[in-house]
Amino acid sequence: MDLRYTADHEWIDVSTPDSATVGITQHAQDALGDVVFVELPEVGRSYAVGEAAGVVESVKAASDIYMPVAGVVIEVNEALRADPALANTDPLGAGWFFKIRTTGALDSANLLDAAAYEALVQSA
Amino acid sequence: MPLSEHSPLGELERPDEFVDRHIGIDAAAEKHMLSVIGAASRQALIDAIVPEGIRRQAPMQLAEVTTEAQALRELRDIASKNRVLKSFIGCGYYGTHTPGVILRNVLESPAWYTAYTPYQAEISQGRMEALVNFQTMVCDLTGMAIANASMLDEATAAAEAMTLARRSVKARGNAIVISGDTHPQTLAVIATRAAPLGITVITANSGEEWQAALAQDNYFAALAQYPASSGWLADWSSAGEAIHAKGAAFIVATDLLALTLIKPPGEMGADIVIGSSQRFGMPMGAGGPHAAFMACTDAIKRSMPGRLVGVSVDAHGSPAYRLALQTREQHIRREKATSNICTAQVLPAVVASMYAVYHGPEGLQRIALRVARLTAILVAGLAELGYRKTHHDSAFDTACFHVPGRAAALMERARANGANLRLAWDDWVSVSLDETTQRSDVELLWHIFALDGQTQPNFDALDRTAPSRIPETLRRTSPYLQHPVFHRYRTETDMLRYLRRLADKDLALDRTMIPLGSCTMKLNATSEMIPVTWPEFANVHPFAPADQLEGYAELDSQLRAWLQEATGYAGISLQPNAGSQGEYAGMLAIKAWHAANGQAQRDVCIIPESAHGTNPASAQMAGLQVVVSRCDAKGNVDLDDLRAKCEAHRERLAAVMITYPSTYGVFEAKVGEICQIVHDHGGRVYIDGANMNALIGLAAPGAFGGDVSHLNLHKTFCIPHGGGGPGVGPVCVVEDLVPYLPAHPLDSAAGKVGVGAVSAAPLGNAAVLPISWMYIRLMGAQGLRRATETAILSANYIAARLCDHYDIHFSSGLERLRGGGVAHECILDLRALKESTGISAEDVAKRLIDYGFHAPTLSFPVAGTLMVEPTESESLTELDRFCDAMIAIRGEIARVASGEWPREDNPLKHAPHTATAVMAQDWQHAYGRETAAFPLTALRHAKYWPPVGRVDNVWGDRNLFCTCPPLEVESH
Repeated sequence: MDLRYTADHEWIDVSTPDSATVGITQHAQDALGDVVFVELPEVGRSYAVGEAAGVVESVKAASDIYMPVAGVVIEVNEALRADPALANTDPLGAGWFFKIRTTGALDSANLLDAAAYEALVQSA
Repeated sequence: MPLSEHSPLGELERPDEFVDRHIGIDAAAEKHMLSVIGAASRQALIDAIVPEGIRRQAPMQLAEVTTEAQALRELRDIASKNRVLKSFIGCGYYGTHTPGVILRNVLESPAWYTAYTPYQAEISQGRMEALVNFQTMVCDLTGMAIANASMLDEATAAAEAMTLARRSVKARGNAIVISGDTHPQTLAVIATRAAPLGITVITANSGEEWQAALAQDNYFAALAQYPASSGWLADWSSAGEAIHAKGAAFIVATDLLALTLIKPPGEMGADIVIGSSQRFGMPMGAGGPHAAFMACTDAIKRSMPGRLVGVSVDAHGSPAYRLALQTREQHIRREKATSNICTAQVLPAVVASMYAVYHGPEGLQRIALRVARLTAILVAGLAELGYRKTHHDSAFDTACFHVPGRAAALMERARANGANLRLAWDDWVSVSLDETTQRSDVELLWHIFALDGQTQPNFDALDRTAPSRIPETLRRTSPYLQHPVFHRYRTETDMLRYLRRLADKDLALDRTMIPLGSCTMKLNATSEMIPVTWPEFANVHPFAPADQLEGYAELDSQLRAWLQEATGYAGISLQPNAGSQGEYAGMLAIKAWHAANGQAQRDVCIIPESAHGTNPASAQMAGLQVVVSRCDAKGNVDLDDLRAKCEAHRERLAAVMITYPSTYGVFEAKVGEICQIVHDHGGRVYIDGANMNALIGLAAPGAFGGDVSHLNLHKTFCIPHGGGGPGVGPVCVVEDLVPYLPAHPLDSAAGKVGVGAVSAAPLGNAAVLPISWMYIRLMGAQGLRRATETAILSANYIAARLCDHYDIHFSSGLERLRGGGVAHECILDLRALKESTGISAEDVAKRLIDYGFHAPTLSFPVAGTLMVEPTESESLTELDRFCDAMIAIRGEIARVASGEWPREDNPLKHAPHTATAVMAQDWQHAYGRETAAFPLTALRHAKYWPPVGRVDNVWGDRNLFCTCPPLEVESH
């Protein structure tokens, strides 16, 4: 695992750019509360960086999931669709959202390393 | 001077006696409250809080105040100017018999009409059960998977179906195809709603045009009316297939009574089904209020607009109802919401659901069969009289006759005989029958159509021979309303007790103060309510000729004149049937005005982050792009940020939407400056009237810088909330925007162009307008002003009493006033307490139920807070009861803070406490049963027992279920 983070509280595992996993962070699931529904992107569709590719909903909030880097969706987490609580119980593991074949740069400024993301969360 | 037998009559008469009935605070109470706040007089308090710059220069000029008896007499005179003819107009509005037990125990019962939207699930189980019955009824009859808890009217429901389809389908076309034989008011509202969204409306006026349109690739949805507006019944199954082949959605507008006999749209491939439940017991009322409905397939339920009641479980695992999927709604999603509607038509939906519960499937079917039989006899008789050419051969309740050259004469002859027909097209007259139609009415219709000397058909002979007009292939075979609730309450005794049992589960204004901030839960006086069901108001059709609706015209014109005086605006339309619709109409007016001035590019609407979510949702629907501006730490609009954003968008700025006083309950001193900045950049100022209860008589938004406002007659002007509707949201504008108020194609009195229709009926929810008329008539200018000042006084009293116990989040910061000075509501901030004790604002809200109160507004406009609005109607005793409860709860929080009670086992975390929980054999909590149920001694004398414990919101949204639960769950 080689995790990068976005200011929108998502993570992406960039260790395998041809199959990079995307999910929401611990902080995100904590802020949302109990996740009751996720809308996942269409497999095969390509998205620009920053484009809304999904939705995560709790009983009190709804957030779009933005593409951390440009890419084509190659797989979505069907288990998460069936049991959205996985996003709460294991956001960095079984609660992943989708995998993409990245087409955009991985070193762009909007991806933060763990320390930078931690600082962002602390300052909020 | 004390009164005596020598007192002159002038001293014995009290024309303003109602003012003291409406306002809960008398002189002695006021004196005490002022001393607690630290203000010398009511005037001094108002002067300290309401900025000088916005104040009215002159008092309102309204009619001299009068008594309840006299006002009712005057309104009776106005009502009598409406002429109640037998209506055969149909077109979405039909005669109906409201069962007496439902009329008196729902429609005219304060236990139902004074309730609020069921956000607080635990104290709303009764009306939510009624709404689940409604949803089940709609699902069953339409043959669809899921239905919401009602829509504002059939036409707006059709428009919402259009946008739901657009969000949900793969087809990328930009057009909607509509069968031309759809109610004209539906076509009109769809046209209004489609334009700003860039949707093309293709009306297919013949079978060929319909087929041709469906063969194209340019549409995302198609809508057909079934039965059609002119009455014919078509099997739309193949249309459904053609539409789906293009990846588009199939919308069907339908009639619930007809569906008891004919194949439901769900069996024809419909994706979305809409219609009105009016003929299930709600009087026509010149157009409203009625509960429209929307049902859809399971696949697109998450995109559905409107309220949805779902089944969940409570803390003890028992089934409990709650509002489901709220994340679709504007208060969470803002401009990304599925719609701007916040309210529904709960009271009419309860009436309709109870009509179905009372009659059951057999009863409904008998009513429908009788209507169909009468229609068949009518048609057969008219054929004998020579009217053989009908628009189609099939019919349920409506038939359309070809009368070349004679339509006008027939309509006139009908009116002379006390009946209204409908001119469907040139040379075509249509007749609709309903539950109220008698044999004699059919004979009257024959008489109207017969030429001189023609023999009247024989009714009994035709009853034996007239063939059914319902095609064999369209007869319904699937069952409906099989759930036991539609079979249990056939006798009036059982029905009466069912209604009472449900009402007793809920907290409405008839039992307690409802201190909901931004909702203005004031008295809905009985005298204001009584005229609503007068036959002269209740039993007229919205599209009756103008000379039969003169009473409504007079009511409309007087009420508008009074509201103009109160708001300082030059023109008002009462057509919008909810606040959201008023907002929408207002944004359309601003947009149309810019376009007329060659500024069509102005499409940016700036909205402060503190705004109610409806604002951005409405702006988005009007085709405007929302830009959010910041607020400062005190909750005021950040002027520098606003100026910068106006500057950045100066070529495209259309409007800025603000709320005044702000949603934070503060009179912003710089509102004049805000308006000036917007005007300097070419924009118009929209002032949301949600908080008008803090302004009436003191300040007029049309005079202090607003260009457009909407009012909520269901807040400030006493129309009850009905458990979540009906509402009325008049849109008010300054002089140059008057030409852009909503118009209506079927408003026989109006000649204006406007921005099109925003409601199905020209006067929207016409039948509840008498409520606001009565209120203004009874209060007069002085009474209304005193009400406003008292509302502010009461909020400040609460702030003063609670400020040592809770943080008052925003105030005017006036040190000389205890509580700092607030407007008509105040926000209690519990976030710090949550941090230190784990007790949340929600825990406090639920604990208030144990104390017998409806909670204040939870987590709006600031998460983790409670917003309290007492209104002018509550007495000092009730205000103190509330403050005492809040202070006692603060003491309970202190016991958690001290460690006396564990953070997870205390009366707040387990609130509310049901009788079952408190009586349980096994009680294993850190606090006693008495603390749980009777924390204050006074509760021993009047105790409200919640029917369920804390409702599990998460369970409900993860296991969505929105129809009547099966019995094994009920008895769980």
